[in-house]
Amino acid sequence: MKYIIAIIQPDRLEEVMQRLEEKEIHLVTVTNVMGRGRQKGIAEVYRSHREAGTLLKKVKLEIAINDAYLKPALDAIIQGGRTGQVGDGKIFVMNLDECIRIRTGETGGPAIG
Amino acid sequence: MKTNRFWKWALAVATMAVVTGSAFAQAPSATSNTAPAVAAIAAPPVAAPAAAPAAPTPPTAKDVNSGDNAWVLISSALVLLMTVPALAFFYGGLVRRKNVLSVLMQCFILACVISIQWVLFGYSLAFGPDIKHLIGNLDWAFLKNVSIDTPHWDAVTASSYAGTIPHQSFMIFQMMFAVITPGLIIGSFAERMKFSAFLVFAILWATIVYDPVAHWVWGKNGFLGLMGALDFAGGTVVHINAGIAGLVTALVLGKRIGYPDRMSPPHNLPFAVLGAALLWVGWFGFNAGSALSAGGLATSAFVVTHVATAAAGLTWALMDWIFNKRPTLLGVISGAVGGLVAITPASGFVNVMGAIGIGVGAGILPWIFVSIIKPKLGYDDALDAFGVHGVGGTWGAIATGLWATKTINSAGADGLFYGNPAQLLIQLKAVGVTIVYSLVVSFILLKIVDLVMGLRAEPQAEKIGLDLTDHRETGYTVLD
Repeated sequence: MKYIIAIIQPDRLEEVMQRLEEKEIHLVTVTNVMGRGRQKGIAEVYRSHREAGTLLKKVKLEIAINDAYLKPALDAIIQGGRTGQVGDGKIFVMNLDECIRIRTGETGGPAIG
Repeated sequence: MKTNRFWKWALAVATMAVVTGSAFAQAPSATSNTAPAVAAIAAPPVAAPAAAPAAPTPPTAKDVNSGDNAWVLISSALVLLMTVPALAFFYGGLVRRKNVLSVLMQCFILACVISIQWVLFGYSLAFGPDIKHLIGNLDWAFLKNVSIDTPHWDAVTASSYAGTIPHQSFMIFQMMFAVITPGLIIGSFAERMKFSAFLVFAILWATIVYDPVAHWVWGKNGFLGLMGALDFAGGTVVHINAGIAGLVTALVLGKRIGYPDRMSPPHNLPFAVLGAALLWVGWFGFNAGSALSAGGLATSAFVVTHVATAAAGLTWALMDWIFNKRPTLLGVISGAVGGLVAITPASGFVNVMGAIGIGVGAGILPWIFVSIIKPKLGYDDALDAFGVHGVGGTWGAIATGLWATKTINSAGADGLFYGNPAQLLIQLKAVGVTIVYSLVVSFILLKIVDLVMGLRAEPQAEKIGLDLTDHRETGYTVLD
């Protein structure tokens, strides 16, 4: 089992979700986040005062997944999220020790799907 | 008893201000045409040496004009709207999330507490029968002798504040000005002043600073009014007065933790825009209402108020565009408020071209203060109460001495551009007196409150936010 954290551009979310759907990956948690990478932020100006240390709006997807689905999931995120511009984001993949479905108490792989 | 002491003290300080202000002790003339009330109804001040006219008779209940009264009552409501919700949301949107309620609370509680102060003794101090051109006496405390159905009449000057509306209509209209003026100061000390200290300071300031200054300019036989200072709707009394107090408060309280570089931006600009737009609407009551009648002067004040505001909002946007590369929404609304402030003293005396001139100046001068001078000097006028109201108000009071013309208001005066440089000088004196008095007395009051109870919130409280620490509430929940 793997745990995917992907930071993407907010306007690519629809595209990524659709591609995940096509690959029958339904489990996903989405959060609005602020962040910055090489792209850096756009400085905001309030009454001529430039704000330091600005961040950009991003969207974070979290997906728990069985190993067989890892490659399709990564493909979906990359295809849906890529624009070729700086700031398209990153994907992090981690090993996942356990998954428990609260309703039934199922554990492991069956609990994810 | 306590009140009495403040009042005596106010007199003492006022006397000092007059003495130090050397040139202001001119011989009072018998007729004063400067109060807006008089401006609206008085006949042109033509001296008739040969056939002296009979003394005007006091107005009676029959003289109440329902149109005038309706307009003044509506205007009173519009001026209340300027404090809550307009100013509250303008300021509330500009602070950080954790302090939004503290600012709304400060504005709302002022509407409560100053209204009570006003009917108990504030109105009498400001507008009651004159004592030595400095303050009103207490004959009208608890609204004693303030009629609900007949207009005001002053036997000494044989004139009325407003001869066609009941005296209490004039009183309630002026009450709303007394409410908003200390409210404007909030912009300077936002996010770091303890609520209890704020409340005590506001009541003291309203009594010892606002009430006397209102009397000097607008009260019957007040010395600045007698001198001929023009202030139609409150440039000196309201905006310079509050702006200077704001600067003093910002300096005495010191900077917010993290200012200027480690501060979050305004937490809700749409709130600020909502507030500024409502200020624009409410200001028609403030300025056009100051005609105290529903005739041509009210129309003129309404028109120039609108035009100056438009010019100032546009000018600030252009300044931003030229010097900061982008026109900003906060810039447009700041400019518009600056324009409203600047046109206030002039609104009953200038024509439309004068209004455009005043508006353009109000887009440039506060911009320079807020963008260049404040960062250079490093004081933390959090929401620019001084930068916009102090600077805009000073500009407006001076500009009144430039653009005033008797073709708009025969009871007013001509300014420099209409061949009367003396009026500019009078305006400068009135500005100077107000600045010095507000500066000195606000400073003393702040120091006293600081000694007695401490002005500033604890650093930990400031970090957590005053909503939670002063009021045990939060503006926004994160979870349902």
